[in-house]
Amino acid sequence: MPFRIVLQQADIARALTRISHEILESNRGPDDLVILGIPTRGVILAERIARLISDISGRPVASGSLDVTMYRDDLSRNPTRAPSPTRVPATGIDGSVVVLVDDVLYSGRTIRAALDALGDIGRPRVVRLATLIDRGHRELPIRPDFVGKNLPSAQGERIYVRLHESDGDEFVSIDGGESPGQNGAQK
Amino acid sequence: MKHLLSTRDLTRDEAIGILDVAEDMADVQSREVRKLPTLRGRTVVNLFFEDSTRTRISFEAAAKRLSADVINFSAKGSSVSKGESLKDTAQTLAAIGADAVVIRHPASGAPQVLAQSNWIEAGIINAGDGTHEHPTQGLLDAFTIRRRLHGTASRGRSLDGVRVTIVGDILHSRVARSNVWLLTSLGAQVHLVAPATLLPVGIANWPVTVGYDFDEAIDAGTDVVMMLRIQAERMMSGGFFPNAREYSKRWGLDDARVDRLHAATMVMHPGPMNRGLEISSRAADSPRSTVLEQVANGVSVRMAVLYLVLSGERGELS
Repeated sequence: MPFRIVLQQADIARALTRISHEILESNRGPDDLVILGIPTRGVILAERIARLISDISGRPVASGSLDVTMYRDDLSRNPTRAPSPTRVPATGIDGSVVVLVDDVLYSGRTIRAALDALGDIGRPRVVRLATLIDRGHRELPIRPDFVGKNLPSAQGERIYVRLHESDGDEFVSIDGGESPGQNGAQK
Repeated sequence: MKHLLSTRDLTRDEAIGILDVAEDMADVQSREVRKLPTLRGRTVVNLFFEDSTRTRISFEAAAKRLSADVINFSAKGSSVSKGESLKDTAQTLAAIGADAVVIRHPASGAPQVLAQSNWIEAGIINAGDGTHEHPTQGLLDAFTIRRRLHGTASRGRSLDGVRVTIVGDILHSRVARSNVWLLTSLGAQVHLVAPATLLPVGIANWPVTVGYDFDEAIDAGTDVVMMLRIQAERMMSGGFFPNAREYSKRWGLDDARVDRLHAATMVMHPGPMNRGLEISSRAADSPRSTVLEQVANGVSVRMAVLYLVLSGERGELS
């Protein structure tokens, strides 16, 4: 299948706005919310969602990043990964409602690693999962609470997410295996 | 990274990369749960042919904080004292299933021999070989300098323009060598001060400046003073300097010299310290001293090195 854009910049913005409203609704307001992104594009999305929730509710919402590199179960199967910093609010995450944010949900192994990492830095009251794209093919019993777009895909296909902050342009694409010739995250 | 044998092999970017991973490991040290599951199921052997407490427990703590299994092997009281060769020892470790070997050896080049042999597939980390190198000490010193200078904004930074004066027994010091290669790769200007008898042959080819007068070096200004231990155990023949009193007077960091240092100048020592010989107690215990920070940072740096050597498909990176 040829390279195809499935979300344009406006679609991504709309999806994030909808996710922000859904988070606020399910949490009955912004109290105790901490939005934690999984590097690298998850962090950008988490910051945007935290900003949107703050704008909608009129109250500040904490955001941060959660590095999962050291908790992955495939470290010996892939080239060495450089970890990224973990940033959580100074007050910690104990008792808070943590929303994990990632760009693409695929096997679920990254989220499993994230749950382990989270357990080592504190004890949130609730953990939820938001993802821009859910492409299926889960290998673990993990399910997102908030989804930007469900994108059923074959395992051989590749999903690329590109965001302004990291890539200079913004879209989500799917292709049958050929790279679009750009450096977007491939999942 | 397949092995860590020398800081001379490291490019500037590789060195900064290791220091950045060490920053992440340092973050873990400040958490309530100071343990990561990263190396679960991996076996690290500390193979020590020379006495060392500081380095061995530092590597042991680092490996355990990454959830690796640790086997400590001391040559004293082992089959090595019965005449077993390095090859036989290495093959025994391979049969046990060691994934990484942290080796300290009195012979310069022993870790290199192990890494280039086909006796064992494990990643080899040099924990000090003869008078050659002690790369993790160099890395932890660079890490300590970078943290003192830049604090939490250290990630990605080099040491461009930092003036480092290394004082003392350069001849026998593997710490000095590892620091010279690493600090200069990171952009620091290194100045060595020592009695002429304690400078190695061929030092003119090193990327450093050399002097004999400590006071002159202090007056010229420096950001870091790194004192080296007088390694009496390697001075069998004697005659390197007339006596300890004279050495201390000319090349020791005594109270008077500490008072003349610029307020921001940091004082480093790889330990163990000979208090009263190369460094006074007041200098060692002053706020400008980084000695205990160096020990704490040593664990973070060694966690980073173990992670980089043991993660990833073995052999896919040089």
